[in-house]
Amino acid sequence: MQHKARIAMTAVSLLGLSMAAQAQDGERHITLASTTSTENSGLFDAIIPQFTETTGIDVRVVAVGTGQAFEIARRGDADSLLVHDTVGEERFVEEGYGTERADVMYNDFVIIGPDGDPAGIADAETVAEALSLIAEAEAPFASRGDDSGTNRAELRLWDSAGVEPGGEWYRELGSGMGPTLNTAAGMDAYVMSDRATWVAFDNPRDLELLFEGDDALFNQYGSILISAERHPHLKHDLAEQWHAWLLSEEGQQAIADFEVKGQQLFFPNAKQ
Amino acid sequence: MSDDANAFQTALALILGRDPDLVGIVMLSLQVSLSAVLIAALIGLPLGAALALWRFPGHGVIVVILNALMGLPPVVAGLSVYLLLSRAGPLGELGLLFTPGAMIIAQIILVLPIIAALARQQVEELFQEYREQLTSLGLSRLRMIPTLLWDARLGLVTVVLAGFGRASAEVGAVMIVGGNIDGVTRVMTTAIVLETSKGNLPLALGLGLVLLSLVALVNAGAYLMSETARRRLG
Repeated sequence: MQHKARIAMTAVSLLGLSMAAQAQDGERHITLASTTSTENSGLFDAIIPQFTETTGIDVRVVAVGTGQAFEIARRGDADSLLVHDTVGEERFVEEGYGTERADVMYNDFVIIGPDGDPAGIADAETVAEALSLIAEAEAPFASRGDDSGTNRAELRLWDSAGVEPGGEWYRELGSGMGPTLNTAAGMDAYVMSDRATWVAFDNPRDLELLFEGDDALFNQYGSILISAERHPHLKHDLAEQWHAWLLSEEGQQAIADFEVKGQQLFFPNAKQ
Repeated sequence: MSDDANAFQTALALILGRDPDLVGIVMLSLQVSLSAVLIAALIGLPLGAALALWRFPGHGVIVVILNALMGLPPVVAGLSVYLLLSRAGPLGELGLLFTPGAMIIAQIILVLPIIAALARQQVEELFQEYREQLTSLGLSRLRMIPTLLWDARLGLVTVVLAGFGRASAEVGAVMIVGGNIDGVTRVMTTAIVLETSKGNLPLALGLGLVLLSLVALVNAGAYLMSETARRRLG
């Protein structure tokens, strides 16, 4: 029995240890709920070390779809929020969950498709026209279908094209951007992606960038401060430092300096 | 084909290169899964034995539920623990969400039914065989539990290993409650999901091979241990 007691002690102390290790460096970090596009492209790996060097604060990124990121923040499980759904962000602030929202950077969405371009979207004048062509040809289109920022933007674009997407050619995957690109590559489907994830993506197979450049494809990222009234337990002063740094000259420069495969992926546009 | 060959090279390079990030991820995977299995075994083995020894009204229902829980989807376990540990949830005060502690709790929930259900079966068989002997020794049922567990230990090693297999292979639960935070809660399986979503398939598959080797190592250790024990008994 003594043997057992010893095992029990070890187990409990193991659990305790892992929690203690957590608590120890717990003082100087914040949890940031953000999107997969910022994490997967490597942006955070590039800019967070610079922020940490300046302030001594570590940023722990939980990268999920924008819909889930809002939910995490609403429940008080993240100290800060960096997402790309301006409409949703403003609603988040209006509902009293956030106190301040600021533009941080932008990039754009692009339409990817099989290199043969069966719907012929490459010569389209506008993204609305490109989407209409896909719908007319009933060419396979892979949609995120996960209530992410990209998904919300995509649905708005279908709406503006006057197309109600549905039918066998329109496939809602319910996955993140990367898995959706993997699937689209597998079934030679059209897909809308943020440029950052697309450029950093390593498994394109026969997919190519076919349409870009319409102003409607603008993709704005915003940082939100979470309400101290609603969630007093959060690390608001540390989160404020992160928010301020993102908007500062140093933070904006760090974002501009980030490149993948020789391409700048995010363009800082904070209002100074 | 080239992807497969690439994966083996990548796996080999990962193991030989002993990249500090990878070592951290491997250690965290082991820490989380082994802690979960250890705690689940401490609860599950006696629980299984008790269910084998006692009959009471509703006994069958509990056994069926336990067996059914062996098929609990990891995401459901993860989501339940997330709601429990979230700030808006009943245990939010603990601040455990997005920590290894939360991942251990979620995996305990996944592993416990497997260990308890399979242990019940092993002990029940043994109990049927030795029932009269044990009763003639005048042992109470409570005292029979450690005796039977000890006698069944060789079979129970496999039971615990089945639990470890479940813990080390699952991704749904640790992804939700851990958040896959770089350097804090990123484990092997969540790293594989991340690399897959980046389209970095050779690296993802390479990490998978590293994970498989790790699980094989743990199993080899357990096999050697029980073989030694068997020979000593033999």
